[in-house]
Amino acid sequence: MTTRSILTVYLKELKDSLRDRRTLISTIVIPTVVMPLLMFGLAKIATQIFAKARKEIPAIMVLGGEDSPAVRAQLAAAKQFRLVPASAEWRSQISEKKIRAAVEVPAGFDAGLQAGHAPPVVIYHYEGEIKSGFAREAIDRFFRELREQTVTALLAERSLPATLVRPFEISSQNVAAPEKVGGNLFGGLVPYVIIILCFTGAMYPGMDLTAGEKERGTMETLLCSPVSRIEIVLGKFLMVLTGSLAAMAMSLASLGTTAALMGLLAPPGGSAAPAGPGTGGFAPMIDPVGILGVVLMVIPVAVLFSAVVFTIALYAKSFKEAQSYVGPLMIVVIMPAVVGMLPGIDLNLKLALVPILNLSLVCKEMLSGVWHWNYIALIFGSSCVYAAVALAVAVRMFEREDVMFRS
Amino acid sequence: MIVARNLTKVFADRKRGPIRAVDNVSLRAEPGRIYGLLGANGAGKTTTLRLLATLLKPTDGSASVAGFDVVREARRVRAHVGFLAASTALYGRLTAREMITYFGRLNGLDDALVAQRVQTLADDLGLHEFLDRRCEKLSTGMKQKTSIARTLVHDPSVMIFDEPTLGLDVMTARAIVRFVRDCRERGKTVIYSTHIMSEVEKLCDVVGIIHDGRLLAEGSPAELRERYGEQDFEELFVKAVGWEERKS
Repeated sequence: MTTRSILTVYLKELKDSLRDRRTLISTIVIPTVVMPLLMFGLAKIATQIFAKARKEIPAIMVLGGEDSPAVRAQLAAAKQFRLVPASAEWRSQISEKKIRAAVEVPAGFDAGLQAGHAPPVVIYHYEGEIKSGFAREAIDRFFRELREQTVTALLAERSLPATLVRPFEISSQNVAAPEKVGGNLFGGLVPYVIIILCFTGAMYPGMDLTAGEKERGTMETLLCSPVSRIEIVLGKFLMVLTGSLAAMAMSLASLGTTAALMGLLAPPGGSAAPAGPGTGGFAPMIDPVGILGVVLMVIPVAVLFSAVVFTIALYAKSFKEAQSYVGPLMIVVIMPAVVGMLPGIDLNLKLALVPILNLSLVCKEMLSGVWHWNYIALIFGSSCVYAAVALAVAVRMFEREDVMFRS
Repeated sequence: MIVARNLTKVFADRKRGPIRAVDNVSLRAEPGRIYGLLGANGAGKTTTLRLLATLLKPTDGSASVAGFDVVREARRVRAHVGFLAASTALYGRLTAREMITYFGRLNGLDDALVAQRVQTLADDLGLHEFLDRRCEKLSTGMKQKTSIARTLVHDPSVMIFDEPTLGLDVMTARAIVRFVRDCRERGKTVIYSTHIMSEVEKLCDVVGIIHDGRLLAEGSPAELRERYGEQDFEELFVKAVGWEERKS
């Protein structure tokens, strides 16, 4: 085995791939566009939708309360919602989003309030519908304030202080540094996107350099040369790996640029101003050291992806057949990556040996500034072993006549 | 020189069981002569040539090409062989020059020598007009010339042709035939498979008739005509493989 032959095969494949529009799209264009779009584009759209929903003054219906003109008058005067005339179809109107919510004022409410024990008020809403949720919150707030006013008035009547029923206030403050908050927010998403892009980056060159070559008849031409099979495998495999790593590099460069433009990149060595009492609202940040850790951890997994795609696609007779084998493999990659994003799933010894899931979990921790060195070493080591096994299988497959000349 | 002794290749087939694609084939092709392997589709021609070019390993028997064993010294065999088949295509996104250069490097030639060989082959085969054009943009004739240059870049002593004129127009096919003759004149050992009788008559010094993986007859075209009492090669071939007997 000579480095020169491997390099000759690799450089030819690199040149060939750089002239292929489809490879460039899968390894450069998509990773560059997808990362900022997912990280910030979707967040911005969600924020806009949320803000628009908040601005709306919800239409609500008051049911009953004919004998409680005082509370009805207060509801009508409230600015936070708009009353519409009561109708027998109020349930369907909520479901059809014609009104956002309805409130049932029970009989004798005003009188009960004066006496200090009014019957309960019921709010009807559309569970999970954002605008109905806002309407429910507004009505709930209205009646809580009414309850507080009533209590305060009753206490005043008895010459008692208002603090009797509210002796202390409760407040909460974040003490985690912005990059830790950012890691917690984006920590699941960043490795997930990188894992998927790493796989898609390997997919196209992996299929083109194996099944594609068999289909076009260039594989037989190549096998006629005196280069050994292992040299051909390694040269081609390095190109597939280049595609995978290029996709990762492009997605990270794109992420870094977008984060820097939006001021979300934490300064090296951690945040200069960790959040503490009085810090108030602050933007979550992404720790560049955590990103570097993610890059190092992803490399053996990129090797694993490249070898697996290479091996499976090699078995196929045509590019189309390879697509039908490699396409469903995406689910195998996505599932553990998604599980890693779920809250409450923490790294342990067993999960540290599950490929992809272990990477997703450890990257989430690293981006949050948590460095469990034992797990990091175990995950990196196990990923290297999986990658080596997959590469050995790829070499074996390349040496099999029934695979190379499958008809 | 090519020498095959009882060369056998058995493929395992799940549905049909073991298939003897090449069955005890022994042949000898000498330098400066063209050995024609004549057979119908599926007779075992391609498998035999792939065994000689070390693309496949024999199940049994042995063969040596240019003095090297096809199993033990496969890489050395390939270094001395130029293999041209209808199924050996070009890289579409590479130019003709890059294609020839790539195979020169794969054959261990240094960059200076490769550049010199590309120049010589471009002169000999008339490649200059399209040398820097991508292979996907070339006409069929240009592609064939580039493929020939690819097989010759390392100046092999043995040439293996597997139905090289399959699907080509008359002019391109004639150019190929001219090139095969040229190889003989340069003293190379040539083995040429085909199912086209006229090509065998025009080109070959020795003809081997292969059918169902077995070499049924071997000799010069004149010897075969005498043996089977037929002047027409098509009739001769039919007699040799025993189709007439099976029909009756």
